[in-house]
Amino acid sequence: MRDLVIIGGGPAGMSAAIAAYESGIRDILILERDENLGGILQQCIHNGFGLHKFGEELTGPEYAWKYEAKVKELGIECKLNTMVLDVSEDKVITATNTEDGLFQIEAKSVILAMGCRERSKGALNIAGSRPAGIYSAGTAQKFVNMKGYLPGKNVVILGSGDIGLIMARRMTLEGAKVHAVCELMPYSGGLARNIEQCLNDFGIPLKLSHTIVKIHGKDRVEGVTIAKVDENRRPIKESEEYIACDTILFSVGLIPENELSKAAKVDLSNITSGAVVDQDRQTSVEGVFSCGNVLHVHDLVDYVSDEAEIAGKAAAEYIKGNQGESVLIPITTDGKIRYTVPQRITKSKDVAVYFRVSNIYKNVTVTVSDGNNVIFSKKRVKVAPGEMESVTLKKEIFENAKELHFALEEM
Amino acid sequence: MYDVAVIGAGVVGGLVARTLTKYKLNVCILEAQNDVAMGATKANSAIVHGGFDAKEGSLKALLNVRGCKMMESVCKELGVSYKNNGSLVVGFNDEDRSVLNELLERGNKNGVERLQILEKDELKKLEPNLSENVTCALYAPTAGIVCPYTLAISAVGNAMDNGAELKCNFKVIGIDEIENGYKLSAENDAVEARYVINCAGVYSDEIAKMIGDDSFSVHPRRGEYILLDKECGDTVSCTIFRTPSKMGKGILVTPTVHGNLLLGPTAFDMEDKEDKDTTAEGFANILGNTHETVSGVALNKTITSFCGLRSVGSTGDFIINSPKKGFINTAGIESPGLTSAPAIAEYIADMLKDEGLEMEINPEFNPIRKSYHAFAEASQEEKNAIIKENPAYGKIVCRCEGVTEGEIVDAIRRNPQPHDLDGVKRRTRAQMGRCQGGFCGPYVTELLAKELNIPYESVTKFGGESIINIGKTKGGQA
Repeated sequence: MRDLVIIGGGPAGMSAAIAAYESGIRDILILERDENLGGILQQCIHNGFGLHKFGEELTGPEYAWKYEAKVKELGIECKLNTMVLDVSEDKVITATNTEDGLFQIEAKSVILAMGCRERSKGALNIAGSRPAGIYSAGTAQKFVNMKGYLPGKNVVILGSGDIGLIMARRMTLEGAKVHAVCELMPYSGGLARNIEQCLNDFGIPLKLSHTIVKIHGKDRVEGVTIAKVDENRRPIKESEEYIACDTILFSVGLIPENELSKAAKVDLSNITSGAVVDQDRQTSVEGVFSCGNVLHVHDLVDYVSDEAEIAGKAAAEYIKGNQGESVLIPITTDGKIRYTVPQRITKSKDVAVYFRVSNIYKNVTVTVSDGNNVIFSKKRVKVAPGEMESVTLKKEIFENAKELHFALEEM
Repeated sequence: MYDVAVIGAGVVGGLVARTLTKYKLNVCILEAQNDVAMGATKANSAIVHGGFDAKEGSLKALLNVRGCKMMESVCKELGVSYKNNGSLVVGFNDEDRSVLNELLERGNKNGVERLQILEKDELKKLEPNLSENVTCALYAPTAGIVCPYTLAISAVGNAMDNGAELKCNFKVIGIDEIENGYKLSAENDAVEARYVINCAGVYSDEIAKMIGDDSFSVHPRRGEYILLDKECGDTVSCTIFRTPSKMGKGILVTPTVHGNLLLGPTAFDMEDKEDKDTTAEGFANILGNTHETVSGVALNKTITSFCGLRSVGSTGDFIINSPKKGFINTAGIESPGLTSAPAIAEYIADMLKDEGLEMEINPEFNPIRKSYHAFAEASQEEKNAIIKENPAYGKIVCRCEGVTEGEIVDAIRRNPQPHDLDGVKRRTRAQMGRCQGGFCGPYVTELLAKELNIPYESVTKFGGESIINIGKTKGGQA
């Protein structure tokens, strides 16, 4: 029986492990499927990481190394090249690697930190052929940054998620021509700073309300037909345009990778596709915590680290027998605010609630109500789906609440 | 000179070749593509039909019913996934009911066992997710599902293990009659064989014309499909058909042997034998029809869509004949072609006997082949023993489908060797899961390059010009 097993050695897993160690837990095991710690940060060689957390601009590997060095310094045990195949409700983990073969570990507490995956082209039902030259943006990033190979020279990108924006710049720097980034929605899902630094600085056109309606090419991609979409996101035939290209990258959303959470019978949210958690990031299964992109997709790794610290500390307390309160206040949202994390909170602690909005809104007030009483409000000049927001609530203002409702009021 | 040359390494060609290696025959398989199973075999409904659909007395009826009975044991020998899940042809009204009654009667005449019409209440128990509008259905408990491409791959592999030769990228462009046989020419190669079996799918009419037989033609019929995540595999347990029309069996909803849910196919008659484009109209057709027969299909769990071309013959029946001594056509093998394939193979062997080919039993013939998924199907103890012997089996490469490095390397080394990423995918399922190779693609590329001893940037998706990377990056060149 181990005290704490952490599934995933990316930024969330490492940060959670360090926090648990610093809260007094020594028997910690990180299980990582890759041959190195660091998760997806390993291939994010661009800068911009760590501004919030460390006050400096780091590359992905530099940011990861800060945590990896600490994990090593503390002597936290890691099993690399180890794939977890199953987690049961009673916290028995089944995993496999080349040295131990198939093995099982029982844990007092488990932290789920498996990250997310990219939605693939296949999920979109795009008409046309199925040639080579179609990649998700992260796969292209792996080829370019980790393997040293270039997938193509003439590129069209569908979706303006952050990885797509980063790859538009990366492919350009490698000598490829990025002809367009098409985005189905009337706004980008990526960070404003990435639109500026990755597209505008390189003169790459961002075509909002556009999609790919057909892929051409027999062996290798030869081109795409793109079209403008109407307000119901249906392509407008008259607006069709052909762009010759040899490569299509897809950056059309990230999906928290919760197959193991499902195996452990953890309740999942339909909106985030991640676990439903309390302020400690504890899931519906006692002693099982979730943090990072497996819980909900973040736009900044700094917030992943913060969230994982919360989970790591809470897991440590759980292992020490200090269990949280059973009375929890649920949080609901109005739809303009798509979701919050956590989705339920205790009365006895101050709490930071993170949320995402469902559209671009300008000059709004974020309100938190207990029944008809607005107990908290905060003005925002602009909120966008691509940028996570947060509010910090003092326990005094909600300790008598039955339910907290988060809403966005336009002025 | 070979005794027999089989043109086309689809499921029919593969099983024909394998059946012929049961005899002391020198067999060669000629495949135009970079891998076997590249035509209709890799993109169809993967259904083992009961056999009530085809007209009584037709070759389709005869070979379907026989093939359905053979399928389970053939799959067992070849280590191919098969499941006897049963099928339902659902009806919505009285008109449909009378068609179902006709099918029942026809099925009984064809020799299909245990067919029955089920009423709404029984159907609800059998398939709780059937649409409320379904009033009755024809139930065929003998029907099943199978993995069509591993059936073809394993049949070719088993034939090769028993002495047959496979030539990929051998596109037959000319056939000459020579003394005691035929000379089959490709662009840079040629083989001679005493007997030729034409299993060239949509191109079988063009092959037949090369020996002057223009008695039939074949045109492609487009069939588009949508494949859903394994999460949705239990939406239905049987294969659900609509009451058939002139254009085929309509849009079906079926689990696959690997646990996904498959929707399709559309049916659109084409001229271009290479056009495997999916269409917006096709998707709309599939989605609309699916909702009519089955409720609760989670379309947001789509993982891919694809298109196959079935070979529709000009006679309405399978075209299996010998237009010239020593030359046999198997053409127009549309549905129920997959089901019929094992029976077609035996039928061809009998025709060869009648043609005068001496067929002495090959005592060395080994019908058994290890499944590509043998490791996945092993017990925990067995797995650990295998990992101890070869640690590569402890390393998961494809996280979505749980495929190990050991399985991938083993698949690359076995007959018939894959030469591209899609070949590895069809054999091992690596890249076939919910992320569609997003994570494991670069790693499978590496394993393939290493095993084939080719540069990383030479690896293709499916041969030809389908390269994955065009070259090294600026930094990679240093």
